[in-house]
Amino acid sequence: MIKLQTPISEETARSLKVGDEVLLTGTIVTARDAAHKLMVEERPDFIREHLNGSVIYHCGPVVRKGTDGSYSFVAAGPTTSSREEPYQADVIEEYKVRAVIGKGGMGPKTADGLKKTGAVYLHAVGGAGSLIAKKVTKVDTVYKLEEFGTPEAFWVIQVEDFPCVVTMDSHGGSLHKDIMEMSAGIAKELMDK
Amino acid sequence: MELKNAMLELLRRASTDLAPDVEKAIRQAYDNEDEGTSAKNVFGTIVENIELAREASTPLCQDTGSIICYVDFPVGESEKKYREALEWAAMEATKLQYLRPNAVDPITGKNTGNNIGINAPYMHFHQWDKPEVRVRVMLKGGGSENVGTQYRLPDAALKAGRDLKGVRKVIIDAVHKAQGYGCAPGIIGVGIGGDRVTSYALSKEQFFRTLGERSENPELAKLEEGLIEDLNKLKIGPMGFGGKTTVLGVNIGLQHRHPATYYVAISYTCWAYRRKTMIIKGSEVSYD
Repeated sequence: MIKLQTPISEETARSLKVGDEVLLTGTIVTARDAAHKLMVEERPDFIREHLNGSVIYHCGPVVRKGTDGSYSFVAAGPTTSSREEPYQADVIEEYKVRAVIGKGGMGPKTADGLKKTGAVYLHAVGGAGSLIAKKVTKVDTVYKLEEFGTPEAFWVIQVEDFPCVVTMDSHGGSLHKDIMEMSAGIAKELMDK
Repeated sequence: MELKNAMLELLRRASTDLAPDVEKAIRQAYDNEDEGTSAKNVFGTIVENIELAREASTPLCQDTGSIICYVDFPVGESEKKYREALEWAAMEATKLQYLRPNAVDPITGKNTGNNIGINAPYMHFHQWDKPEVRVRVMLKGGGSENVGTQYRLPDAALKAGRDLKGVRKVIIDAVHKAQGYGCAPGIIGVGIGGDRVTSYALSKEQFFRTLGERSENPELAKLEEGLIEDLNKLKIGPMGFGGKTTVLGVNIGLQHRHPATYYVAISYTCWAYRRKTMIIKGSEVSYD
């Protein structure tokens, strides 16, 4: 198990390989469809300091607002990453993001982006909403809550020992590609049976 | 018994308390994987999450899905009463964080913030001859909904003809294409026949069947059994990491088709397979 702490250096990001299991600690930012579209189209600066050397988490959380106005995460598993495929590589490069957490993996454009900038794709367990919320120790701030709604807002959060697996690395490795190819052969055999 | 509070409890249970048949299948899948594999670890995390969600009464998954509700009610009852109760319950469940706000306007992109919108929640009403009321609710996740698909047989590319062999081929194709995107291991609901709309509707209704319960039609039962075995040979595994369990179940339903059409709709639900049933008999309410 590899302990990973944000901010993550390019060297550390490049040292990670497909199959590595990591426990991530530090500040990360949730961002999904509306956020990625905004980051590519308008390149906003408000999120820059939070993303430099940091991590984007594809997640639309369930959030509780306390009586004192503070927020806490109630359920916070990963969402499907492939929807961000058109944007991800540009976002990684623009904001010097060192890791993206999601589920399902991403395609060739992101794979090239990971290689170019020096970053990894981390897979969290989809559906483990309650468990992962326990790893979120604090909500620092939120952007675009009113405009985008709770699931789509940028939540800047602190996590402790968030368990993930490296499934795409900066060397062109992708577990998703491997499984897709392996299972394609089996599917063909089964269909011909 | 106040109907709206009973509906709220139904939603709470659906979101936080995984059904026993699904949990059993997941625990078996955990036992079946080899020590030290990512698949084993994933199932371990899933089991831990199931226990935690139930104990803390928090959503199993942050995507608490689209609310799809089927009400069977006796002659003379009002649909409106159930609609109003469910809408109140959905708003309340959102405030209590049992549900995430999931109703978004396709034009403005604005989230209504309370799960209420046009056809949200979506309700099916059915009058029946029994004295009791049955309310079944499904919280259908969006990620797994995106991997659902519909085929029109014959399918030349897959060499799938208009028979059960053709149906089998397209199901294998759909599950292969789904990989881990729909939070595998999944449960596959299949609707054969009908039109574009009803084939999908039939595929979704299959999700109310208990896991392991085979179709009453012997040919479909055989197809289901064979597919569970074959689909798990794909070795896509939990989350698409590779592993021995790719599907937890395959449930197939059929209906008559128009001579010119042959649709096969395939719905996929993630392992966080959330459905609950409530029976109202007079003033008594029970949940299953």
